[in-house]
Amino acid sequence: MSTRLATGGTRIDRSQRLGFTWDGQPLQGFAGDTLASALLANNQVLVGRSFKYHRPRGVVAAGPEEPNALVGLGTGGSFEPNARATTTALADGMLVASQNAWPGLAHDVGVVNGWLSRFLRAGFYYKTFLWPRAFWKRLYEPAIRRAAGLGRAPDRADADRYEYLYLHADVLVAGGGIAGLAAAREAAQAGLRVLLIEQEACWGGRAATDGVTVDGKPAADWVAGTVAELQAMETVTLRLRTTVTGVHDHGFVTALEAADAGPRQRLWRIRARHIVAATGAIERPLPFAQNDRPGVMLAGAVRDYAVHYAVSPGDRTVVVTNNDDAYRTAIALREAGLTVPAILDARLRVEGALPERARAMGIPIKPGHAVAGSVGRGRVEGVAVCVQAGEGAVLETIPCEAVAMSGGWSPTVHLWSQAGGKLRWDAAQLLFRPDPARPPIGADGAAIVTAAGAANGVLPAGDCLEDGVAAGRAAAKALGAKPQTGKAATAAAPEEAPIEAVWCMPQGAPPALRDKIWLDFQNDVTMSDVALAAREGYESVEHAKRYTTLGMATDQGKLSNIGGLAVLAEARGATIPEIGTTTFRPPFTPVTLGAIGGEARGALFKPTRKTAMDGWHDANGAVWEPVADWRRPFCYRKPGETVDQAVAREVRNTRRNLGILDASTLGKILVTGPDAGRFVDTLYTNRMSTLKPGRCRYGLMCNENGFLFDDGVVARIDDHSFLCHTTSGGSDHVHAWMEEWLQTEWWDWQVYTANLTEQFAQIAVVGPQARAVLEALGGIDLSADALPFMGWTEGTLAGIPARVFRISFSGELSFEIAVPAAHGQALWDRLMAAGAAHAIAPYGTEALHIMRAEKGFIMIGDETDGTVTPQDLGLDWAVSKKKDDFLGKRAQARADLTRPDRWRLVGLQTLDPRTRLPDGAHAVDGTVLPTGIRRTIGRVTSTYMSPTLDRSIALGLVERGPERIGEVIRFADGRGHIEARIVDPVFYDPQGERQNG
Amino acid sequence: MTRYSAFAIVREALRGNAGWPRALPDAAPRQRYRVIVVGAGGHGLATAYYLARNHGIADVAVLEKGWLGGGNTGRNTTIIRSNYLRDPSAAVYEKSRSLYETLSQEINFNVMFSPRGVLMLAQTHHEARAFQRTARANALQGIKTEYVAPFRAQELCPILNVRGPRYPVLGGLWQPRGGTARHDAVAWGYARACAAMGVDIVQNCAVTGIRRAGGKVVGVDTAKGPIDCDKLCIVVAGHSGQLAEMAGFRLPVESVALQALVSEPVKPLMDIVVMANTVHGYLSQSDKGEMVIGGGADGFNNFTQRGSFHHIEETVRALCETFPVISRLKMLRQWGGVVDMTGDRSPIISKTPVEGVFINCGWGTGGFKAIPGSGWATAEMVANGAPGHLAGPFGLDRFREGRMIDESVAAAVAH
Repeated sequence: MSTRLATGGTRIDRSQRLGFTWDGQPLQGFAGDTLASALLANNQVLVGRSFKYHRPRGVVAAGPEEPNALVGLGTGGSFEPNARATTTALADGMLVASQNAWPGLAHDVGVVNGWLSRFLRAGFYYKTFLWPRAFWKRLYEPAIRRAAGLGRAPDRADADRYEYLYLHADVLVAGGGIAGLAAAREAAQAGLRVLLIEQEACWGGRAATDGVTVDGKPAADWVAGTVAELQAMETVTLRLRTTVTGVHDHGFVTALEAADAGPRQRLWRIRARHIVAATGAIERPLPFAQNDRPGVMLAGAVRDYAVHYAVSPGDRTVVVTNNDDAYRTAIALREAGLTVPAILDARLRVEGALPERARAMGIPIKPGHAVAGSVGRGRVEGVAVCVQAGEGAVLETIPCEAVAMSGGWSPTVHLWSQAGGKLRWDAAQLLFRPDPARPPIGADGAAIVTAAGAANGVLPAGDCLEDGVAAGRAAAKALGAKPQTGKAATAAAPEEAPIEAVWCMPQGAPPALRDKIWLDFQNDVTMSDVALAAREGYESVEHAKRYTTLGMATDQGKLSNIGGLAVLAEARGATIPEIGTTTFRPPFTPVTLGAIGGEARGALFKPTRKTAMDGWHDANGAVWEPVADWRRPFCYRKPGETVDQAVAREVRNTRRNLGILDASTLGKILVTGPDAGRFVDTLYTNRMSTLKPGRCRYGLMCNENGFLFDDGVVARIDDHSFLCHTTSGGSDHVHAWMEEWLQTEWWDWQVYTANLTEQFAQIAVVGPQARAVLEALGGIDLSADALPFMGWTEGTLAGIPARVFRISFSGELSFEIAVPAAHGQALWDRLMAAGAAHAIAPYGTEALHIMRAEKGFIMIGDETDGTVTPQDLGLDWAVSKKKDDFLGKRAQARADLTRPDRWRLVGLQTLDPRTRLPDGAHAVDGTVLPTGIRRTIGRVTSTYMSPTLDRSIALGLVERGPERIGEVIRFADGRGHIEARIVDPVFYDPQGERQNG
Repeated sequence: MTRYSAFAIVREALRGNAGWPRALPDAAPRQRYRVIVVGAGGHGLATAYYLARNHGIADVAVLEKGWLGGGNTGRNTTIIRSNYLRDPSAAVYEKSRSLYETLSQEINFNVMFSPRGVLMLAQTHHEARAFQRTARANALQGIKTEYVAPFRAQELCPILNVRGPRYPVLGGLWQPRGGTARHDAVAWGYARACAAMGVDIVQNCAVTGIRRAGGKVVGVDTAKGPIDCDKLCIVVAGHSGQLAEMAGFRLPVESVALQALVSEPVKPLMDIVVMANTVHGYLSQSDKGEMVIGGGADGFNNFTQRGSFHHIEETVRALCETFPVISRLKMLRQWGGVVDMTGDRSPIISKTPVEGVFINCGWGTGGFKAIPGSGWATAEMVANGAPGHLAGPFGLDRFREGRMIDESVAAAVAH
């Protein structure tokens, strides 16, 4: 059984016991434990079930490459599925549950999948479940979905918070092992701002565990000294338990920090001028039969658990390897007082310092030997030994509780590759390493990433430090700083003999063994699966990956990648570098979605824009409607009123007495400069430059395709300035549109634009009594002579500096008053007080919409949809025939835009005045197109019950509409039709007398 | 071609799975073909398939620069729907959707078409009106969609947060027979079916030049040597502009990066596809259990298959807000593809200024759903030398005439 050793454990604090529960069973660990080390210390060797065959799985690794030890953590709004036990710090009271097993981890009925595995080989689902057709949706797919998936998702909203932090640094060093520390130190000493990030809870990486010395002293001393030195420097920021998750486009870096207090996690968003990737290396499993049995672990992980956490994987651990590094594990286990019955070394020649030391300790070494298979029920109870050169004939079976395997190490090149750096194959060390000739480059063509240490393919610990120093100096030099040139610290470690390739163990393993050699432990991909994929033509690495799901599990192939490539290479008679790797994409380790979202949740998701009078509306019955990023009152409901009743009341009151509207959301863009007139003439379809200061003009904006996209009133402020009103939803877009033209096409025009939308509160005072109430406020002469229709003036109204525009979107006498936003509420209050005598009442967007529809005024987004021209809407009068050019002019001359049978704006009256045409209804002519689609000849664009006319009204676009006034057409509605008569679009006050009042 | 079936699986398993024949074809090119299709993505393979199946033209080569299905076919969020507003779009996307219904059986390869239903959320009054309009258009187009109330949306997708706070769900456009399919399988299945009919599919064979004589195409230069042809059909999505340039004409398309991502797999969490256009994000769950997430395209033209991180942020944020239970799931993998966008965001299926050269491109962010219908329409055009009624409206001439097929209604502004 796996247990806690009585002494040792460099990372645990035995004085602090932490209680946790595992599938309801109370267990204990120590402060400093990871969840995985705590489970192992409690003899919990079985920790999960694989994805497809539900095979029993144990902890394999000690870091983010772990494919098996995935658990459910916590409960309720704090529940997290698929948490990786090897990177989760143990916490007191932690609730831990196994997943993907039913009814329980030890007895999971899903194992039947494993018994059927020969029928469920790679890609089997593409070949079956075809008939009967309806069964896919009803039977096959639901069954597959239930069997798939890993953990359950939480059943409620996230109880935690997340935050973003932004950081700029000269040099970002990812990885706090000795190479990273050395690089950070060199860069910092050159005077650069350095950010050093380490995913684990302590500094130093593998060096201390692996018996490295620096300048003759234990590596741990040098690590402690260097960290202290860096901590003392103001220009250096150090972060533990933070993982650099991705290098994105343009060198943008994200890093995820597991926070101790406050938010659950922080997503660091980093801009660094240079990145040093000192991310170490990841050990590879060995491909032998039943290498997935719980108790089979990576040799480095076994060593980590023993040294860091004082965890014994069992009394007897067989080490199996093709390299010298695994001997460190055997030695560490022996030093901890445990037994290593044998080291099975696939290499025939075993010599060198580490094997010698193991031999001297009395550990039996079997050169040229291999594992024919692990044996045991549910966990390892022994290994069957064979010769590597053979086909797996079993020579003996060695009883043991654990197997420590090492197939060599792969540099963690993820950041290098994500950034666009290329790799080269190192045939001596059997690994892909960064190719310094093809680094990731920035906009100026210079390298932005330098790999260092093991991540750079420099595996021997002695050389690692030196490579880190070189990387730090290179980074400093690249940034124009002056790096130190003196001799740096030097590390030493025992010399290691070369690794030998073992892509299949034993070398001649027959299909029966290959069926059981696992490459991807989580997704259950075997050597046979990859070989099958290659045989069926899925031989490109991307095809094989997708067909077999190799490397697509939550560890993203950190353990399985190279093994799979080797099988493909063998199948194709090619070399591994000829096969190439799949694309490395962010993130390096999975990132919580909530952390990507950050603080922007709930009310902060997209902050609501509010006008200066928002509070008043809220207190006075506003029914809110989101309009672009704003909220606007749809109507103001009085007690006992329905929404419809409130809207009707608002319309009637405005037409009869006096309405007041918060029009502040209307876009207001100031266009100013010597070329402003020329600019607005080009933006708008009609001529604006002839407008006199003090006058307003309604204008239309079209895109290059000639279609109308925004409208509004333009006021001439002075010789050089125009105030362009836009739709509420369009202001940002229109402003960006202006800037795009100014910056990309007419960069030599002297025009400046400013979006002043939020600077002004704008209030529309509308109705027969509008002038009366404004005169009561006093300060500006608003008589028809002084301020005629489509004029504007400025002055002081009720003591408030104001601009008054005499414009109307309702057809009534109407003034729009713009005041600095801070004065908005004060003016509103004054108007409400002064208007009380005239039955003033506020109205919302729906009344606004109805009144404009009664007048036949178009609404952008209702009458337009990106395919409608001003001419379609009968707005020819607002399209200049004289101007040489304006945006959309040329397009409007094209064949389809001048077609006589275009759909054009008309009014529509249902024959039954109580029937309202439905929103979006289409008119049909009873014919059918070749595609089988019923031909349409028009559609409803706006439709309302008109309180003013006491009947339904609608606007619509109808084929040759204006030529067909008086005709009755049919609108499809369900199985039936609604008949409506084509009429003039102006339903109310066609002479337009009321606005002149 | 070995017929795939449950029986075949048992038979081969009992023989140690050693007898499965090659499924993905990779031919050496011949000297000449009647038709060359450039691009072995979904659209190119479907074009070749329907050329052989519908028009008896199997003397076809499909040339692929890299590995087949490796472009946008293998990079999308696999959504299939046909709830389009405009008649020409509705016709081609519904044709496509209906072909997907029976595709697995027809090509004897399980593409896992899953008509689980697609729900598009209305989160502003303006969007609600636009979807009601679409539902009414769909009724006349013979496409089964329905405008549903918030309670129904909640019923269809229990993890949906219909109450906001920022953008409450006001309703939705529901297409019950929309859904998803296994994207790679679509490419693989078509490729296998093409090969069975005698079509040559040539991988790792980049086209480097288009040879013309007298204004007419006569062949192509490739990484594997020159190949002659009578007709050439360019179906290369993001790199259409480069191929058009080789043929000597220009296209009104821009190429931008579009990203997608998946979470770690979890047990079944949502049964339908939900698209939230106001906040801009799509969510569905793959059969494997991963939450599949899509969002907005980059705002600048480029050919990197990557994309800017801020789009990931915006999309994920929008979806965490819309589906609060996903917040503690983790992003496992993100990727990008290069999509070619036209001015009206509708595709191009067209003859070109060069005689014998046809083009299919411009599917923008939504090409996967169109693969069968697009292939059908393109094959018809290539075989007959002129577009039929499906492809007709999507000709290049529409840009000259202003005959846009603009589907961006929901993107129009509201007062």
